[in-house]
Amino acid sequence: MAAMIAHAPILIIAIPLVAAFLTPLVGMASKRARNALVVVSLLFVAFLVFALARDVVTNGIRVYTLGAASPEQTIPTGFIMPVRIILEIDGMSIFMGLIITTVALASLIYSLHFLKGQTGQARFYSLMMLLYAGMMGLAFTGDMFNLFVFLEIASIAGAGLAAYRANMADAVEGGFKYIVVSTIAGLMVLFAVGILYAQYNVLSIAALAHYMQHTLLDIIALGLLGSVFVIKLAAVPLHMWAPDTYTVAPAGVTPMIYTSSAASMYALYRVSFTLYGSTIDTTTLGRVVIALGVLSMFVGVMMAVHQTDIKRLMAYHAISQSGYMLLGVGVGLAVLADPVALANYGRNAINGGIFHMINNALYKGMLFLTAEAIFFRIGTRDLNRMGGLGHKMKCTAGFFIIGALAISGIPPFNGFASKLLIYETVFKFNPVLSVIAMFVSLVTLASFTKVFYSTFTGPEIPAYKEVREVPKSMIIGMGILAACIIFFSIFPGVVMDTIVAPATEALIDQASYISAVMGGVP
Amino acid sequence: MSVLAYGYAVWAPLIWIVVLVVIGVMVLIWRNRGQKSYKKGTAQTDIFLSGVRVPPEGQRHVKSENIYWGFFEALKRLYSGMMKPHTGIVNDYILWLVAVLAIAILILAVSG
Repeated sequence: MAAMIAHAPILIIAIPLVAAFLTPLVGMASKRARNALVVVSLLFVAFLVFALARDVVTNGIRVYTLGAASPEQTIPTGFIMPVRIILEIDGMSIFMGLIITTVALASLIYSLHFLKGQTGQARFYSLMMLLYAGMMGLAFTGDMFNLFVFLEIASIAGAGLAAYRANMADAVEGGFKYIVVSTIAGLMVLFAVGILYAQYNVLSIAALAHYMQHTLLDIIALGLLGSVFVIKLAAVPLHMWAPDTYTVAPAGVTPMIYTSSAASMYALYRVSFTLYGSTIDTTTLGRVVIALGVLSMFVGVMMAVHQTDIKRLMAYHAISQSGYMLLGVGVGLAVLADPVALANYGRNAINGGIFHMINNALYKGMLFLTAEAIFFRIGTRDLNRMGGLGHKMKCTAGFFIIGALAISGIPPFNGFASKLLIYETVFKFNPVLSVIAMFVSLVTLASFTKVFYSTFTGPEIPAYKEVREVPKSMIIGMGILAACIIFFSIFPGVVMDTIVAPATEALIDQASYISAVMGGVP
Repeated sequence: MSVLAYGYAVWAPLIWIVVLVVIGVMVLIWRNRGQKSYKKGTAQTDIFLSGVRVPPEGQRHVKSENIYWGFFEALKRLYSGMMKPHTGIVNDYILWLVAVLAIAILILAVSG
């Protein structure tokens, strides 16, 4: 077991990568064997992620150096800086790993029945595993170049999946927009990495943070990286691609692409806190992040409530919810250099933002799945053509209610716990921001009331008399996320102590991240 | 385990759940004590809409586009401003990226 934990960082990335390439081959022999392969590999990887999470929470940061005599040997003998590929897993990385794995499991199980009878399933599962590997790599990587590589893997797989329903013109358009935006974003990351490498001759995040001089070139690299991650996480005003892509992606894929946006948010935090933390003016950077957060919350929700396409509406809500996370973490970043304010409310503001990340991945993922369940049965996303579905799709309606109440921040659901934390801490920073956040929650509730009324209530519509509840695998997929939401709602203290607080601590504690790789190097 | 302490506030969802369950039970008891002598399928259970003729079943549902009509009407100018940048053209998305990049670098360089 100890050996497995020691090699878990690389296994978590390698297993889905290998499974991705084996899937089409196994699929040629048997479709059931192919499905079993992806499910079993993901279950095994999930076991490794949970075991690694326990290890990181108990023993602290774990590093894994590829090609070294021992995985812990980050700097080769005779060298003064790291030259090998290093995976570095701290509280924040594993927190992201847990989000990605939970959503991936639910999405995969949901997709099993959803795809029945459709062509190109081998490619679908292959891309799904590639997307998972890309996101996990992004969360675990300890160097900037591999951050670019994994970002590219996730982007290419995500675009392929978004355009999976190639018979629908808007799906191809959604996939095309995603790949254009992602490719330009990827090139900008590569350019930024080049700037940093040209100055410091290292690619390791810890080593770069150690040697960072705060030159004008560093600021340009930060601008490039920040803008790229902002467009990838779909914050206003760089959010426009998200509704176009989320809306058309098939069931199971939308929560995954949305989670890859959360992974980009993780990358933004990693760069802001860990790479640049002590060398830049975090107050200004924090204020920029807050401004993006407020814009995203407000514009996202106002655009959402106006939509009549159920998935487009949810896509705008995804943008709006990202705003809460940016707001919470932005406040923490803005007071990072002020120990008193950080202790008073900054740390809890980051806790709120981070807690909201996992809450949102769960209920937003589930809401996307309920929207696709409706589309699966009635073949339209147009709310104007829906009604009375609650008579036949009782489970889906139940899951929708749980998700809608959670996203609107209604107690006792988990969305309330993280939003309350954000309201209270942000209020201490600036009361106006807190009022805006509460207003956005109110409009969110109004928006989901509209969806619930339009979709599930009212008399049965004659055209949908034959509609039935969705198949079991789809219910299990939604059920996994619903169960997590209920657990997180009842036990917010456990979640906070075991995964959220260590993630916040990892973000704030730049010195530990650096010393895990650099050791005593001056 | 269930309590989330912020340092200046406490969130205890179990208390909320207990209160909600108690309220739910009270509502059920109250409902069961209600009038039971009405006759189903007669005018007693028909929908009453202030004397206006009730539309047939298939036409009763208010369409999604009509919900919150007053809200959108009042905020027409805000919405027209917000819709304008949402052109759906990928070239425009990239232009926005370039603009944000330039502003971000400027702010970071000026603030030092």
